Parts: sequence; C-alpha cells; structure tokens
Amino acid sequence: MSTFPVAKIRQDFPILQQTVYNRPLVYFDNAASTQKPIQVIRAISGYYETDNCNIHRGVHFLSQRATEAYEETRNLVQRYINAASSREIIFTKGATESINLVASSFGKRYISAGDEVLISIMEHHSNIVPWQQMCLERGAKVKFIPIHDNGELDMEAFRSMVNEKTKILSITHVSNVLGTINPLKEMIAYAHSFGIPVLVDGAQAISHLGADVHDLDCDFYCFSGHKMYAPMGIGVLYGKEKYLEAMPPYQSGGEMIKEVRIDRTTFNELPFKFEAGTPNVEGVYGLHAAILYLQELGMENIRNYEQEILDYAIDKLTAMGDIRFIGTAKEKTSLISFLIGSIHPYDAGVIIDKMGIAVRTGHHCAMPLIEYYKIPATVRASFAFYNTFEEIDSMVDAINRVKQMFG
Amino acid sequence: MTISEIQDQIVAEFSLFDDWMDKYNYLIEMGKSIPVIDESYKTDQYVITGCQSKVWLHADFKDGMILFTGDSDAIITKGIVNLLIRVLSDHSPDEILNTDMDFIDKIGLREHLSPTRSNGLTSMVKQMKLYALAYKTKSTV
Repeated sequence: MSTFPVAKIRQDFPILQQTVYNRPLVYFDNAASTQKPIQVIRAISGYYETDNCNIHRGVHFLSQRATEAYEETRNLVQRYINAASSREIIFTKGATESINLVASSFGKRYISAGDEVLISIMEHHSNIVPWQQMCLERGAKVKFIPIHDNGELDMEAFRSMVNEKTKILSITHVSNVLGTINPLKEMIAYAHSFGIPVLVDGAQAISHLGADVHDLDCDFYCFSGHKMYAPMGIGVLYGKEKYLEAMPPYQSGGEMIKEVRIDRTTFNELPFKFEAGTPNVEGVYGLHAAILYLQELGMENIRNYEQEILDYAIDKLTAMGDIRFIGTAKEKTSLISFLIGSIHPYDAGVIIDKMGIAVRTGHHCAMPLIEYYKIPATVRASFAFYNTFEEIDSMVDAINRVKQMFG
Repeated sequence: MTISEIQDQIVAEFSLFDDWMDKYNYLIEMGKSIPVIDESYKTDQYVITGCQSKVWLHADFKDGMILFTGDSDAIITKGIVNLLIRVLSDHSPDEILNTDMDFIDKIGLREHLSPTRSNGLTSMVKQMKLYALAYKTKSTV
C-alpha cells in the first residue's frame, strides 16, 4: 500500500513494542503527546552520562561543552523554523508557558483597559485562559472568532471582528480537536494591514507540518517538544526581535540579569532576558535529537504518509455508517474526532481502551469548542508516522465491539 | 442487609467473571435497574463534578433512612452509580458516614479506571456522605 518504511521506523520506538491487557499497544493519542525514538532517549541519558552541568556560567570544560550544545540547538531551531535570528528563539517549558509569557509580557507593554484580544472558539485552553486572566487584570476583553459546522473558521466573522481596539490576534495553526489547518497567511496579512501582531499556537502543527515563521510572517510562534517526539518540559517561543526587545521580562532571577544591585537590577539581552534560572538542558539535548530525527525522515514524507493514514481511517469509519465526524475541514492534519451513534464517548473510550487502543475521550482541553457543538465530548484518535493501517483496522474492530455492547 | 453485607454480595457477584469484558457487561446491566432521579432534579444543583460523563445524584430522607436516586448520560457510569446506590441507599446517616467503601477496590473498579474516572467515583462517594451528614445534622436539630 505505502512505501513509507513504517515497520522499520517503529523499531526506533521502544514503547510501541509492549502489550496492554494482553493486546499489542495501539497508540492513537499523539495529539496529547508523542512517543520518543531511541535516539532522543539516548540523547537525554547521554547528557547525564557525559555532559551534565550548569551552562552559561562556568569556564570549565564541561560547562563550555554543554553551553555550546545548548546554543547550537538554539541555532538549529532557528534554522528549523526559518527565523531571522537566534535571539528570537526562547526556550520555555512548552507552548502553554510560551503563551503565558506573551500574554503577560506583551500585555504589560501593549494592552490597556478597553483593548481587545482576538482568539477563536476552537482554541485549546492554553490559548484561552492566559489571555482571559491578563485581560481581567488589565480591563481588556477577549473576543472569540466563531467557526462553521465543518470546523473551519468563519473568515467573514474574523474580518468583521478586527477593529481599532484589537491589540493582538492569537490563533492556533491546527486544532487539537478538529484537525483543521487554519489559513494563517491570509489571517496574518489581514491583521498586519491594521498593525495588529499575531501569535500562532503551533503545538499541533509542528510535528505534522513544520513551521516557517518567515513565510508565515507571524510575530510569535510557539510549540512544545513533547508533541514533536522530543521530551516533556521543553518548548520554544519564537518572537520577532522588535517585540521581544520591547516586552518586559516574564520571570526573574538568575541568568536573565545583566547586573544585580541592592537598589536595582538591569536585564540581560535576548534571548536570555526570557530564560530565567537553570534551563532544561536535558530537554534541549532531546529536542536537538528529535529535530534531526524528523529531518532525516523528511517532513514531506511524514506528511504524505500521515495523509494516507488519515484517508484510510476516514474511509473505514465512514463505511461503518453511524460515525459522526466532528471537524471535516478541507485542510486537516491526521486526527479524527468522532461520535459512535448515540453512545457516550466515555463508554466507548473504556471499551476501546480494554482492546489495547489508546484514544482520548472528553473535552480535549477545549471546553468552549465542545460546548459550541452541543455534544458531551468526542472520541479522538490522533495519528503519527509510526501508526499503521493494521492499527486502524484494530480500532474499527474495537468500535464494532463498542456498538455491540451499547447498541 | 447491612452495608458490609451488601458490599460482600457485590464482590461475590463480580468474582463470577474472569473476563473484564464480562464485568463491564454486568455493570451495564446494573445501570439498567438504577432508581432513576426525578427529571426535576436533573439540574446543575445535583450534578457531581469530577466525572467525564454527567452524573446527577439526589437524596431523600424518610423514616430515618436516606434514599438515593441518580442517573448518568454514560452507561458504564450509570452502572457504577447504581452499585453505590445499592450499597448506601436505604440506610441511616450514621451507617453511611461510618462505612468504608472497600468493595470498590475488591471488584477492581478503582484499578481499572484511570485517575480521572476514579476522581468521579471519589466525588460520588463524597457527595453521598455529605448528604448523610446534612440529613444527620438536620434530624438532630
């Protein structure tokens, strides 16, 4: 069927070799977190075996070597997302912290009472709550761009909601529930025509589509390592230098300072201004290995294979007759949210789990979106390049079992 | 039957099943005989939080005994709620407050449910005990 070497690739992922409830593990929860190839795992343990020490501080050999590796990864990320400068690459804990950083810092510098922050109804809580909280503090308002039933953004509504009070647009690249790929270039161009900067939440996009921040011309872009085959606890915030320079620091402490006196402190230059404390160096080593792994596979190859898997899954589920898909945008990444007849997703999830298949049920950290569709929850199967057609067949069997038990 | 005896009976019923699938089928059957909560109580006031599905619980107090009714929009959850009702309903506030719900672990309910779902279970038991406390306080005033 496909020429993608999935069987060989699966050998790189030790966690996929196990059984659960005496059945082979089928891991379909990649939108929640991805598994790690042995190359990433070895990079982390290797770091502690030979390289571990604090960085940016010492003149000794170990410190210099680890610092070089850390900064080389920053350069690698810069090239990977095509940013203009490595000063624009901030290492964070993940996308959530990245968005909190911008909401807080950008908020302090640019947002006042009566201003508006524009987001969408399909956003993950991490791209809703930080803005809500900041707006509460500053007397500003959050506005939600609506969607069409098929899970595509209502672009007409978007254009009508942009006004002179809008200070920032914060939008997801890909929806974690619907799989919708948003028309970012169009939205960014429109926002920019009013002088409005744009933050893009790339958490769900980075592993499927990659990101080219120069091409997008977004002002901020963020993603989490653990959703792109890198460890947990590491993420990236890209920000255009002009904004990052103007924004006040987010967390204070060691590393982000230039000079500390009793009466005052001056701050370090970019990117260090936004990297307080000892960083997650092991995470950065892991991220380095993950990026190299993806580059070797080739994002084009990954995209093509994931599209084949997605098409196969949609065909198989459609043929079952009573599956309702939530999110049927023309442009989607490899995930499907669905309902099985009138069966509650929780009931379905329990049985599917017992068949060794890891899907996710619930609101997927997107309560406003689930509320919009007036459904209790969805079952979500999210695929990665190590999933197979046979695994999809297993899921079909499990869904049939669900229908048998609750139909 | 005492609460302890009912719990033992339930553990015995579940021990007949080796296959976890059969246990779930039994749980599903259990849900069908739940004393259903009155529609007028299916409001936010009577919802149990901490569950992935919606659970409503109501308690009446009659002749010194607490009578529970409930419902859920998920079938497995309905079964679990009915198990709890079977154990605790039609007992005095003191009996309910002093009981250990150890049958939950004995039939393997807690281990087979993820922490999120277990939280729902814990929330349900907590709510039932709160009702017992409230009615006990009310009746001694």
